[in-house]
Amino acid sequence: MELLDAKALVGQNQLDMAVETAFSADLLSDVLAFAKAGSLLLTGLTNPQIVRTASILDIAAIVLVRGKIPQSETLRLAKQLNIPVLSTRYILFETSGRLFSHGVKGCIKKVGNDDYGTT
Amino acid sequence: MRLNHEESFTIQGGNFLDAGEVSIHIKRMLQDMGVAPEILRRVAIATYESEINIISYATWGVIHIQVSPEEVVIDVDDEGPGIEDIELAMQVGYSTATDKIREMGFGAGMGFPNIKHCSDSFEVTSKVNKGTHLKIKFKMQQTDTTES
Repeated sequence: MELLDAKALVGQNQLDMAVETAFSADLLSDVLAFAKAGSLLLTGLTNPQIVRTASILDIAAIVLVRGKIPQSETLRLAKQLNIPVLSTRYILFETSGRLFSHGVKGCIKKVGNDDYGTT
Repeated sequence: MRLNHEESFTIQGGNFLDAGEVSIHIKRMLQDMGVAPEILRRVAIATYESEINIISYATWGVIHIQVSPEEVVIDVDDEGPGIEDIELAMQVGYSTATDKIREMGFGAGMGFPNIKHCSDSFEVTSKVNKGTHLKIKFKMQQTDTTES
């Protein structure tokens, strides 16, 4: 939280967790293909689909970057589906870098020959 | 654990607001039935991709799920434009998505490849201007096709 100077928009009391991996994307298709369960999802998207996608994938928490303010429907759904949503004013690159330098790893390093990161 | 169940869910095309509701419901249902998390996750992803496809492209469609101790079988039937070239649609990066779909964060041409990747068997049949049928199967015993 301090690391990202982030504020919790949903799930303030659910943030005491250890996270090992994260996935950064503004493309939910890629999140669905590559993100691992229990990861952080870093994104600049704010629509309700980020919450449903997170729910499907068992994402630990969503971090909205670049100071994005989510749609109210997004927050309502996050409460309903019990998915913490944080907001940081850092840009996606900076957010990812800060987490990475504190030991959080990517869900995959690079995609494999079959485009699915099966390295 | 009751591992015999069959149910159908109707999905309206163009209903972007609720995109994913059915898949989340199905995931919860399988969770309550005691399906292993690894399989649960793969079924959820494939169902969600299918649901997004119906909402994005079809007039309406049905997701039918059949659970037995041996496997989970998902049948997706939609009425819509169909797919002219299925081989092309299976290619990573190929998409006919509209701006509306891309605005939501989808339409990267990953849907079918991802369903194939998640499942143990995936068949697509389609008639242009009629609709598309997907048959997606998951074996109940552990396989390691995801979580790489």
